[in-house]
Amino acid sequence: MIYLDNAATSFPKPPQVIRAMNDFLERAGGNPGRSGHRLSVEAGRIVYDAREAIAELFGARDPLRVIFTLNATHALNLALRGILRAGDRVITTGIEHNAVMRPLRALEREGVRVAVVPCARDGSLDLSALRDALRPGARLVVVNHASNVVGTILPIAEIARRARAAGAWVLVDAAQTAGVVPMDIEAMEIDLLAFTGHKGLYGPPGTGGLVLGERVDAAMIEPLMRGGTGSRSEFEEQPDDLPDKFECGTPNGVGIAGLGAGVRFVLERGIETIRAHEVALTRALIEGLSEIPGVTVYGTRDAELQTATVSFTVANRRVSEIGLRLDEEFGVLCRVGLHCAPAAHRTIGTFPEGTVRFAASVFTTLDEIRAALDAVRRIVQV
Amino acid sequence: MTCGVVLFHTNSAALRAEKVLQRAGLVVKLIPTPREFSSDCGIALRFEWQDAARVQQLLDAARVERASIEPMGG
Repeated sequence: MIYLDNAATSFPKPPQVIRAMNDFLERAGGNPGRSGHRLSVEAGRIVYDAREAIAELFGARDPLRVIFTLNATHALNLALRGILRAGDRVITTGIEHNAVMRPLRALEREGVRVAVVPCARDGSLDLSALRDALRPGARLVVVNHASNVVGTILPIAEIARRARAAGAWVLVDAAQTAGVVPMDIEAMEIDLLAFTGHKGLYGPPGTGGLVLGERVDAAMIEPLMRGGTGSRSEFEEQPDDLPDKFECGTPNGVGIAGLGAGVRFVLERGIETIRAHEVALTRALIEGLSEIPGVTVYGTRDAELQTATVSFTVANRRVSEIGLRLDEEFGVLCRVGLHCAPAAHRTIGTFPEGTVRFAASVFTTLDEIRAALDAVRRIVQV
Repeated sequence: MTCGVVLFHTNSAALRAEKVLQRAGLVVKLIPTPREFSSDCGIALRFEWQDAARVQQLLDAARVERASIEPMGG
């Protein structure tokens, strides 16, 4: 079996992630942050350690500004709903996932003004078009760091600089880049960073978070939910302290234990090393696919400018047929269709049919890429 | 030995403080917040009172938010 669906969720997970989750359930089964006994405190420590590892990974100085959520979508909803009010203007791009577009379209019906800066067919963003869009002012700019369809990496630091100059906050959807592309939220001037735990951070599903940059005043963000936090229990109002303001109800302790171990795996392996490996795989994938007659590869077609996510189509073939044959005949697992990102597929010109998407991880080998390319070659022939 | 407790607004701040003080070699322990003090957060950090100045200084340096530092009666 060759797993090339890492943009949906990474597989396999490092053994230390599984060990950490097992250990949490076996040894530290208390409710983190609720009681003062040793099992609760131990569970709390594990959650805190994960917070610290994430802060280190993203260059955040204060681990208490890492808010745990269920996934990147939850983090994006928290930020978008928490910040935007009727009359506010928000700017996004033509290459976003529905995790951004659906909350924005709902907010639009409530009076938020949404501006979409179009992207080029390869998924890249024209910075002068962004500058024009920023001219009337904006409360927020929300962009994905890399497309989940074609992997194109957006120039976040440049986007953030322009947004800040126009007085807007910058929210980055790092679902496809956390753990994969080096990131420093202070150096890149990112105000809010939404990430998922189960892709490039190698944690389990059900984990993710929102990191608040130093410039962000948490008082300006409304929580998505309110409830028990284990703190200020005498009051019936939600506390203002971080991270409790945005984290309530029993957290996914076992998941966060796995996430912490995944992030430590990434830190130990080194993002630069991971990136170099994935660039080599991506280059082989792009070159190999481009040589097959009838295959169209989308995106920048430059491994240095994208993540290890490559989208392609085959002339006169349905993507669903290719996906099924790859699985059944060759054991190559990938994702076909629209990838929850109709806007991105409109931008690259593949709406509504979609594409076949191959996405590698740190565990993918060059041999597996070669075997997958062989499979595509044989499917195209027959 | 006389002990003191650091009281916090959040559990995460208490856990952060524990780490900061342990790294500096201090003997500390997270305990359920004694009810005579604030009930802000379920856990508090117990330390040896002779370290009070050091505790304050280390927590300030690491910018760990806290409610207060209190001596604990015998």
